[in-house]
Amino acid sequence: MNDNSYTADRRRLLKVLAAGSAAAALPLGFGTPAFAANKRIALVVKNLGNTYFDACRDGANEAAKQLGGMEIIYTAPTKPTAEDQIAVLDSLIAQKVDGLIIAADDANALVPVGKKAMQRGIKVISFDSAVATGGRLMHLSASSTPMIGAKQVQMIAKTLKGEGEVAILSAASTMTNQNSWIAAMKEEWKKPEYAKMPLVATVYGDDQDDKSYREMQALVKAHPNLKGVISPTTIGIRAGAKAIMDGGLIGKVYITGLGLPSEMKDAVEKGACDSFAIWNPVDYGYAATMIMADILGGASAKPGTSVKMGRLGETKIGDDGEAVMGEPFTFDKSNVEKFAKIF
Amino acid sequence: MTDLALRPSQPAAAPQPKPRYTVADRAPRRLSDFLLRWETILVILLAAVIIGNTLLSPYFLDLYNLADTTYNFSEKAIIALGMALLILVREIDLSIAAIMALAALAIGSLAAHGVAPPLLILAGLGVGLLCGAVNGLLVTRTGVPSIVITIGTMSLFRGIAQVTLGDQALTTYPDSYLALGQSYFITMPPTPLSFLIFLVLAIVFGVVLHGTAIGRQLFAIGANPVAARFAGIRVDRLRFALFTLSGLLAGLAAVLLTARIGVVRPNIALGWELDVVTMVVLGGVAISGGVGTILGVVLAVFVLGLATFGLSLMNVPGIVINVLLGLLLILSIAAPIVIRRFFGRF
Repeated sequence: MNDNSYTADRRRLLKVLAAGSAAAALPLGFGTPAFAANKRIALVVKNLGNTYFDACRDGANEAAKQLGGMEIIYTAPTKPTAEDQIAVLDSLIAQKVDGLIIAADDANALVPVGKKAMQRGIKVISFDSAVATGGRLMHLSASSTPMIGAKQVQMIAKTLKGEGEVAILSAASTMTNQNSWIAAMKEEWKKPEYAKMPLVATVYGDDQDDKSYREMQALVKAHPNLKGVISPTTIGIRAGAKAIMDGGLIGKVYITGLGLPSEMKDAVEKGACDSFAIWNPVDYGYAATMIMADILGGASAKPGTSVKMGRLGETKIGDDGEAVMGEPFTFDKSNVEKFAKIF
Repeated sequence: MTDLALRPSQPAAAPQPKPRYTVADRAPRRLSDFLLRWETILVILLAAVIIGNTLLSPYFLDLYNLADTTYNFSEKAIIALGMALLILVREIDLSIAAIMALAALAIGSLAAHGVAPPLLILAGLGVGLLCGAVNGLLVTRTGVPSIVITIGTMSLFRGIAQVTLGDQALTTYPDSYLALGQSYFITMPPTPLSFLIFLVLAIVFGVVLHGTAIGRQLFAIGANPVAARFAGIRVDRLRFALFTLSGLLAGLAAVLLTARIGVVRPNIALGWELDVVTMVVLGGVAISGGVGTILGVVLAVFVLGLATFGLSLMNVPGIVINVLLGLLLILSIAAPIVIRRFFGRF
């Protein structure tokens, strides 16, 4: 008899479902643009609900407002996987948007869909995380390896006035980006103005808070004259700053490197960190959108040519199809509080 | 049970002793039976989705756009056919996405060593088949519920892929292999290979489930596994076969997905098991077993696929789409229970 009641229930249910689906259809209208803009540009990031990318969107909107006649569609896959991002891109291609600015969840997997978009006349560029060559016209890097390396040495030299022992607290010894930044730092270090500021050690915190914290404590014990630490990783710098504050070392040891304002605000205000750097995501979204507008306006974006980035000037596209926005943005007491609210 | 109808007999003219009941060959069919069938409602829902989207977006009813969007659900839909049979017999396989990861890992590793496309396809299918057989053996030999076993193998299979690959990706594939997933198999009307395979398999599954003795045996197991066993049906053998089949279909989906995106990472197809279960449940296959049709599953695949596509054409964020589809699923599972509680038995 159970089966019979199930069938009967289902008939009831069908009526409920039919009503429910009609209700579900209601919010459909909200997604449509209120006005028809001349150019529609999609900013496709890795995931939604990420303050860093939200800041990029704010920059993109700033650029769109400045240029006029432009609509920014800000979207991302629900899961940060290649399959999901491809589905999002497919729906944007179907809408025949004018341009795609992509922060790729997977460099290689997006090449076919990027090619398809370009075949259909859509301009494709990538930022933040590149789409591999062939799937986009160009990639905009926030900064270049030599700039990132040099910037961090310059910051600690400024804090220490060029004198005192310095160590590096990196992530894992196997990470390519970390190692190339450290190599760039060493290149900068060869300059004569850093002669009184020797590099005494390089240690690895594996991008784990507790290990970075212990490595920082060990550094201070092993090198009593240590004055400065460079940590080119957001986790290393926040763990190192905490070790300085907990160990009563404020004023004796300073940390710098690549950090997020929201995580470093406390350390800057207490004096464990004088200044740190990272690219400004608002500028990043702004620059990418300005470049897209330039390409839609006729710029070829071929290697060797230049593209315009609005208030940030121009950038030249290298042989690998990549361009650089600028040197990392410095944060200190004067601006950390403002940016801590953004990312 | 619904196929048999017990009705009081009509007064017979003949003088023979009157039978108390006559047993009709099939239940009497009224128009309301047809109109209130789950599949009919799904057809109406599908029509609503198509009409609604056509009115709301000028880009929806475009042959190439529709063909392109089938790429995004065909692989899942292929797995859903196997999942429908499993759920029909009161089982479930939550490890299908992890099986895909492992099968894709095999394909990617072999391709990196320059293995030819036919062998890549065989490798993907073979790994899927093996993983499915492991599930089937564990379920039938241990008697532990399949939801527990396949949650375990889900971690196991994906874990192997994660340990092997780390944060690396496998990105080299022969062009003829990539063409399977990146070009239309038939140019007019534009039909991707994965969609074509889904359609063919759907017909095969429909015929087997609704037109053969094996299909009736599956319904019998779903209605009551113990009674089915006493009726001489080889329940465990069929269960084992279904898990193996589910693994094989996951392997096939991995072959198609890898060809489509041309890269294998350990997070490939992450979370697909739930998308697939959603298709099957919305298709009207009862989680309690014994009820369901392949036609319902196919219709649900189109409802979900086209609704998702339509919503994303209007740039509704993916998280909001998930909320809407989640509501649809909850409604389809919970409503019978709620209605039973509030309105009593009908």
